[in-house]
Amino acid sequence: MSLPIPPLLTYALRRLVQAVPVIVLIMVGTFLLLKLAPGDTVDALVGDMGGADAQFIERLRIEYGLDQPVWVQLWRYMSKLATFDFGWSFVYEQPVATVLMDRLGTTLLLMATSLSIAFTVGVALGAIAARRAYSLTDNVISTLGLVFYATPSFFLSLMMMLLFSVKLGWLPVGGIKTIAGFYTGWDHVWDVALHLIMPTAALSLIYLSFYLRLMRSSVLQVADLDFVRTARAKGAGETRLMFHHIMRNALLPVVTLFGLQFSTVLGGSVVVETIFTLPGLGQLAYQSVIQRDMNTLMGIIFLCSIIVVVVNFLTDLLYARLDSRIELS
Amino acid sequence: MSQDRQDTAPILEIRDLKIALPEGSDRPFALDGLSLRVNPGEIVCMVGESGSGKSLSAGAVMRLLPEPHVYVADGSIHFEGDDLLAKSEAEMRGIRGNRISMIFQEPMTALNPQKTVGWQIDEVLKLHMPAKRAERRKHALDMLARVQIPDPESAYNAYPHQISGGQRQRVMIAMALALSPRLMIADEPTTALDVTTQLQILKLIRELQREDGAGILFITHDFGVVAEIADHVVVLRHGEVVEQGPAAQVLNDPRHPYTQALIASVPDLAPPAPKPLSDSPVVLKGTGLKKTFAARGGLLTGKRKAVTAVKDLSFALRRGETLGVVGESGSGKTTVSRLVTRLLEADSGAVELDGADLLACTPAQMRAMRKNIQMVFQDPMASLNPRKRVVDLIAQGPIVHGANPAEARENARELLELVELSPAAANRFPHEFSGGQRQRIGIARALALEPKVIVADEPVSALDVSVQAQVLKLLADLRDRMNLSLLFVTHDLRVAAQLCDSVIVMQKGEIVESGTAAEVFTNPQHPYTQTLMSSIPGRDWTPPVRNTDAA
Repeated sequence: MSLPIPPLLTYALRRLVQAVPVIVLIMVGTFLLLKLAPGDTVDALVGDMGGADAQFIERLRIEYGLDQPVWVQLWRYMSKLATFDFGWSFVYEQPVATVLMDRLGTTLLLMATSLSIAFTVGVALGAIAARRAYSLTDNVISTLGLVFYATPSFFLSLMMMLLFSVKLGWLPVGGIKTIAGFYTGWDHVWDVALHLIMPTAALSLIYLSFYLRLMRSSVLQVADLDFVRTARAKGAGETRLMFHHIMRNALLPVVTLFGLQFSTVLGGSVVVETIFTLPGLGQLAYQSVIQRDMNTLMGIIFLCSIIVVVVNFLTDLLYARLDSRIELS
Repeated sequence: MSQDRQDTAPILEIRDLKIALPEGSDRPFALDGLSLRVNPGEIVCMVGESGSGKSLSAGAVMRLLPEPHVYVADGSIHFEGDDLLAKSEAEMRGIRGNRISMIFQEPMTALNPQKTVGWQIDEVLKLHMPAKRAERRKHALDMLARVQIPDPESAYNAYPHQISGGQRQRVMIAMALALSPRLMIADEPTTALDVTTQLQILKLIRELQREDGAGILFITHDFGVVAEIADHVVVLRHGEVVEQGPAAQVLNDPRHPYTQALIASVPDLAPPAPKPLSDSPVVLKGTGLKKTFAARGGLLTGKRKAVTAVKDLSFALRRGETLGVVGESGSGKTTVSRLVTRLLEADSGAVELDGADLLACTPAQMRAMRKNIQMVFQDPMASLNPRKRVVDLIAQGPIVHGANPAEARENARELLELVELSPAAANRFPHEFSGGQRQRIGIARALALEPKVIVADEPVSALDVSVQAQVLKLLADLRDRMNLSLLFVTHDLRVAAQLCDSVIVMQKGEIVESGTAAEVFTNPQHPYTQTLMSSIPGRDWTPPVRNTDAA
């Protein structure tokens, strides 16, 4: 007796197979692009040291394999990557994998929380604004959304810092935890949470307006559709209409946006991470560019492309779950 | 109004209903003094053209008007003796779906796409029936069986997009009848359906209503449907009742000139006398046309089954002839019109226009050939560029084909006169015209290139019946005057009967019958054609005014 393969699994497998060439292309492309940029790790290192003799530089180049032609370097890098070996970071003197893993947690925590808050609050406010379209409530919500959308993230972050840390002294200025605190257990969790409040708030306030505006227009659009009228004619009340008929259908485009934004989860917080000195991937990427840390940079890009592929897959699954008209095949 | 009709206690009684429109509308009241009554076991048809206010009156009874912009300004609506206008919103919710229910026009959009059929029927029950889940489910399944859905169990679990249009409308009816309402309001329930499905649905509504003894307020624009189903008819025009009375009287002996004009516009089923065409040359000839919409997807992506839209189709169109292509949705008739004009590429076959094979033309040759074969499209709004003036819309074709722009514009103005529009129309934009006028512009555009053949794809389906009659008359006139050949694609057999010299009946991509209109309409040979003919609503009723004309 042969076990039937569940359709979801075949679908997942097919998506996995499709993802491989995508990721290989991204990696080859970025590798070549980075090689086109002037300067390499050795230049950056030597610059940090304040100069060195030509022989030493030559030796470093040979040691790092930078004397080889580009395509040989590419081949070496790609074949190592195929075994999930990201190489060695010459700046941090650690394997790239270790450096990445150290930073991944912070970024994921920051981005996942801010996006989830932005999504939930944005959808709720958007729905409320649409139900009371053109009223005072709607105007207040829409205007506030626009203000936050228009505010640059660095400005918003600095103003929050000024208010909550400098003037009121309620929240820590930056970092992920109190450095000399050595907290453990729940104290540690509480400490990290306190440190994350402002960066999360700054990020979610900016993202929020996207969801708010999209949800508002989507709800307004769906509320005019025939099946909502049908439900009214069945005697359904406003709450029931809103939850079962309007929101259910209005959410679809918003979910698409959520998927798109989540794909940028690793790269999207460079500014906020830098301002709040959070040791995350955004900050790491920025420093790696400055220091020409090829391996680390490539590692981050690899991680990002994996996340994009995974999130796209999850969005499609979610979409198929939410929209009965779409079938995975 | 007959005396016994007044004696029974009505289910619905509307008196002097006035519905106000927002300021700045083209008239102050959408409905101005509507009075009607619906008795138990009676079907009252409200007939009128678009904009007559018939749908708003349904909204008023359900208390679902888009208030505060549109509201009841005056009058009363009594349902089983209760004043509906005095009810609170909560009381109305108790009545809606329970004692008064409604069926809408578009079964496609009237059901929530994200919920199963079962869920949506269950919603009505949940709202109004204090019963356990299992009991409600059983009731819902019974209702689905009652509306003759083949497999109630699987339909219960299906999503709306998984069942056909006819079945969706059955689901709507099941939903509307689930709680045996006293009054059912049906707003154009069969307009979006094919004729054979339409007849089944109309019969179903009739049967179920007889069993339940409910009253039905039936809104329609189609006198054929009225003849099929109505007991009592109310004719509306611009929000005013122009005539009402028993169906037989209004249909066969209309008193008001407007009703007479409306009924006169209904095409009867007597085809025109066959023209002696056998000796005119063949202008357009299709041989062995075939089109399959290929299976989509490759090795790694999803697959979709191939659909054969047209298989092995041949026809010949003579000069001055009108060839009707008739069939239900999915029969491939629209594909034929696209293949012939090469808007779609055929898989195999040949289309000969004056002896030259269109399908073998190079793109450059084809552009030159297009001059000879022009199209009139279904939706006059969507097929005219909204940013261009009418004169440019018409002159564009000749200019592209190398005419002098000034001359082309001059010709365009003359063409407007030909299609009976004022020359002042030339400098206006499409949105400033009514549907019928827009279709005239569409015809003028097609004529601008002095084509030999015009392919018209459902050119009058989007129009009101009186406008439809005018546009058809114009088309027939132009055809005779300019010796045009017409390939006329339609789903409406009445329209085909009025205009076409010969007819092709299509089913599932194949011609099942062809011949002169007189032969096909009076003596259909193929069983499918026979079914189509016997499904035309009101086929036993012949519009009276036309009768007197003939006599």
